[in-house]
Amino acid sequence: MTATTTAPVAAPDIRPGGHRRSDRLRGWATRAPLLPALIFMIAVTQLPFVATLVISFFDWNSLYPDAREFAGFANYGEVLGDSDLRRSVWTTILLTVAVVLASLVLGLLLALLLDRRFHGRGIVRTLLIAPFLVVPVAAALLWKHVLYNPEYGLFNGLLHYVGGPQPDWISDTPLLAVEAALVWQWTPFMMLILLAGLQSRDQEQIEAARVDGASDWQIFRHLTLPHLRRYLELGALLGSIYIVQNFDAVFTITSGGLGTANLPYTVYQTFYQAHENGLASAAGVLVVIGSIIIATFALRVVSSLFREEASRA
Amino acid sequence: MSTVAAPDRGRPRTRNRKGAGLGLVAWLAGIVFFLPIAWMALTSFHSEEDAATNPPSFAAALTLDGYREFFGAGGGASPWPSLINSTVASVASMILVLLLALPAAYALSIRPVKRWTDVLFFFLSTKMLPVVAGLLPLYLFAKNAGMLDNIWLLVLLYTSMNLPIAVWMMHSFLSEIPVAVIEAAQIDGARLPTVLARIIAPMAMPGIAATALICFIFSWNELLFARVLTGVVAETAPVFLTGFITSQGLFLAKVCAASLVISLPVLAAGFAAQDKLVQGLSLGAVK
Repeated sequence: MTATTTAPVAAPDIRPGGHRRSDRLRGWATRAPLLPALIFMIAVTQLPFVATLVISFFDWNSLYPDAREFAGFANYGEVLGDSDLRRSVWTTILLTVAVVLASLVLGLLLALLLDRRFHGRGIVRTLLIAPFLVVPVAAALLWKHVLYNPEYGLFNGLLHYVGGPQPDWISDTPLLAVEAALVWQWTPFMMLILLAGLQSRDQEQIEAARVDGASDWQIFRHLTLPHLRRYLELGALLGSIYIVQNFDAVFTITSGGLGTANLPYTVYQTFYQAHENGLASAAGVLVVIGSIIIATFALRVVSSLFREEASRA
Repeated sequence: MSTVAAPDRGRPRTRNRKGAGLGLVAWLAGIVFFLPIAWMALTSFHSEEDAATNPPSFAAALTLDGYREFFGAGGGASPWPSLINSTVASVASMILVLLLALPAAYALSIRPVKRWTDVLFFFLSTKMLPVVAGLLPLYLFAKNAGMLDNIWLLVLLYTSMNLPIAVWMMHSFLSEIPVAVIEAAQIDGARLPTVLARIIAPMAMPGIAATALICFIFSWNELLFARVLTGVVAETAPVFLTGFITSQGLFLAKVCAASLVISLPVLAAGFAAQDKLVQGLSLGAVK
């Protein structure tokens, strides 16, 4: 792909005399289609971050706009010293790791099941994708009111049939309740990525291993799993990026109560309800730093897959 | 992704029984995952009294009351303004994304600028920065510019949210078009807009359609921006949904009906884009 698409640019200019101006003109003509999108992205995504960074150094409560003053790193000190905020950092990590790991494992099992031929595979695949295609707020409402409700939710209803206990799911295990709802939505995502990975395996190699007497487990352990590594990493990292930012489920299921407030929810609350602009910005900057750490790994994985695709084409 | 059309590989007979067993397990897993949605659909057609029983009433009489309530028959707020707002925000931002992403992807794949991979990764990196960190400045800007509670502000933000995804997806679709075809058109004197509209767009149409559907889904689902930046006038469907539960009393059938109606466009778009869904969600990294 790279070889063919870079060809027009890499073609040497054989005309004598080196037309400097026309070269520059042509450079801009090549760049022109890109510029609107690039300028738009910088304006809408980069400038607000710069503003956030600036605001994070001010003591600024929007209810007292006249009392705004430069505060240096005081906001960061307060954010890092605030036990609620520290707790929300921990909650964010717990939530993200638990959801990503659980949905990866489940997604892998489902992808392995779907990689085989059986009657109605298309239908099963459609059924499995469906949870990912429910609007996140609707999914959160569904879990909160229709499944978890202690009096008439489906879970306790089904438990009733087998004479089981009638737990109050959200009060008893609030974080787990949020996690379960998210795992339900994100497992299909992992499954789709891993299924694509399974289907890009070298079938001849597998057949050869089978002819040589390798067992299913040996094939999985020594051929499939190493091949899937990149896809597992990609799923984990993309999942982390989305789930670190999760707002809908926390907001809807627990409203951040019972120790489930993650960073996005806390930032939202700090500025939307407490009107502490400076503090919210400092927390926001910390979220960005955390994301950059994840993103660095994510970009590396994406770019290695990307090069692989490029060299294969 | 050609799950269904995978080639038939002759497996030894001994594997058949185990295969059938695993097929059954797959069916079971599919049903378990789908159960909450099926139950939501069934409950939406029950009366509020039948929806709130323990043990659950599976065979209760069916009624459309939940849907009538949702659409404002019981004196509640009508969902139509929010549904229209969501449609405007999703469709307008989708069109804007395509208008920006198609030329950009052209300049990154067919006639690439220098250091095009760096530009591509810049787009991707913006997707990895958390939305919540830019929320406050955007709120302050919107407030000062008088754009709070304005659906066009959401259109702009959703465009920026989806543009990186679209650029990556289109880049991978455009890279599959043979350069010779485009060069031939250019030799015939076609200018860039003509080449884009007449040659590239038709060839990349399936990819463009999938990109559009995925952008639509993300915009339709978005809650945080909409919640913070809209109020009464520009409220979107997800925000309407969150404000829907304030009343006490029985509301399960109504919630199920509302959730189902609001998810319907996403379910439809998602199933339509099923084959390209992975590519879009993985930003083109997986084909």
